[in-house]
Amino acid sequence: MSQKPEEYEDIPGTWVFDAQRARQGYHLNAFFYSLMKAENRAEFLADERKYLQKFPMTEAQREAVLKRAWNKLLELGGVSYAIVKLAFTDKKSYQYMASQMVGITEKEYVQMMQAGGRSVDDGWRSKSERQK
Amino acid sequence: MAKIIAGIGTSHTPAIGAAVDNGRTAEPYWVPLFKGYEPSKKWMAETAPDVAIVVYNDHVNAFDFKIIPTFGLGCAAEFPIADEGWGPRPVPVVQGYPELAAHMVQSLVLDEFDMTIVNEMQLDHGLTVPLTLLYGQPKAWPVRVIPLSVNVVQYPAPTGHRCYALGKAIKKAVESWDEDLNVVIFGTGGMSHQIQGPRAGLINKKFDTAFLDGLARDPERLASIPPLEYLRDAGAEAIELVMWLIMRGALGPRVREVHRFYHVPASSTAVGHIILEAA
Repeated sequence: MSQKPEEYEDIPGTWVFDAQRARQGYHLNAFFYSLMKAENRAEFLADERKYLQKFPMTEAQREAVLKRAWNKLLELGGVSYAIVKLAFTDKKSYQYMASQMVGITEKEYVQMMQAGGRSVDDGWRSKSERQK
Repeated sequence: MAKIIAGIGTSHTPAIGAAVDNGRTAEPYWVPLFKGYEPSKKWMAETAPDVAIVVYNDHVNAFDFKIIPTFGLGCAAEFPIADEGWGPRPVPVVQGYPELAAHMVQSLVLDEFDMTIVNEMQLDHGLTVPLTLLYGQPKAWPVRVIPLSVNVVQYPAPTGHRCYALGKAIKKAVESWDEDLNVVIFGTGGMSHQIQGPRAGLINKKFDTAFLDGLARDPERLASIPPLEYLRDAGAEAIELVMWLIMRGALGPRVREVHRFYHVPASSTAVGHIILEAA
């Protein structure tokens, strides 16, 4: 069973957190949610691999957490508001996480935002338009 | 009779709350933003509404993924502040208005809006940052608050059209409450922003300006913007703007724009703000 690709899959550099992704990411997001408690953050940092075994997520999801592979976490069903709790656990900011997803330094990211942000007209509207 | 006298649209970027809580509002980065809200704080002090209905979204704080209400109405007498991962914001507990909220639920459900009744919930920056922007740092919030949480985190959010219609039903519900109350309604979130993936940092001033223009003049057109257009043109998180349409729908056909402010950036967000009085 499958469905035809959603129109929003054509948006470049974006993983829309839809019902299918939410289904795949359920336990991954439950892990992020657990990091809202200070004692859980401490337990996770003490032995990350062991803590992750508490959550029945896939091995690929566990690897992405351990490697802080931020975009991979989105692809595997994480939602940014939940993923950011991992960045907070690392004492990093939202803008740091975003900069890593973009592939630039946090400083460069902050500068880009202060200069008005990224324009949709610079090839960021549509994958199919980009290929033309 | 209770009456909705005004609507307030505003972004709810968490970094704004952090700037206030950590005493950083005088830093050059933040000065222009807080200056833009000075007239609003004055307006709010003069208007002094009895009740604020705050339309906002929870960011995986009150609701994990076990239950995701599309529309959840907060019916509690009191709402604690959520610990979002760095300790709760140092702001007062939010006082609700359970009698009016219970009346609203009945009116809305019979009006065919199937609300989720939320009797216990913690509030995150989505609700507290707008209060901070309009009220500053009081010891206690000088207003009773009815939170209306909207799912905009898992796609799809309710459509703009549905949100606008819910706003109209809220107006009807409030106006059938037999107590002299001045009520304001907040629509929060947005404006253009994306905080995920290689496209993070997207801002679309043209889209935002058209949206602000349309609120007073042509809300029906805004209500017809499809979800794809928000995601594609204004960023994956810009879908939050549908919450502003609930606010607009609750004001009736004619409004008077009394204040507007737009500023880029606060963190990754284009900050938009508008005050509309019901005419």
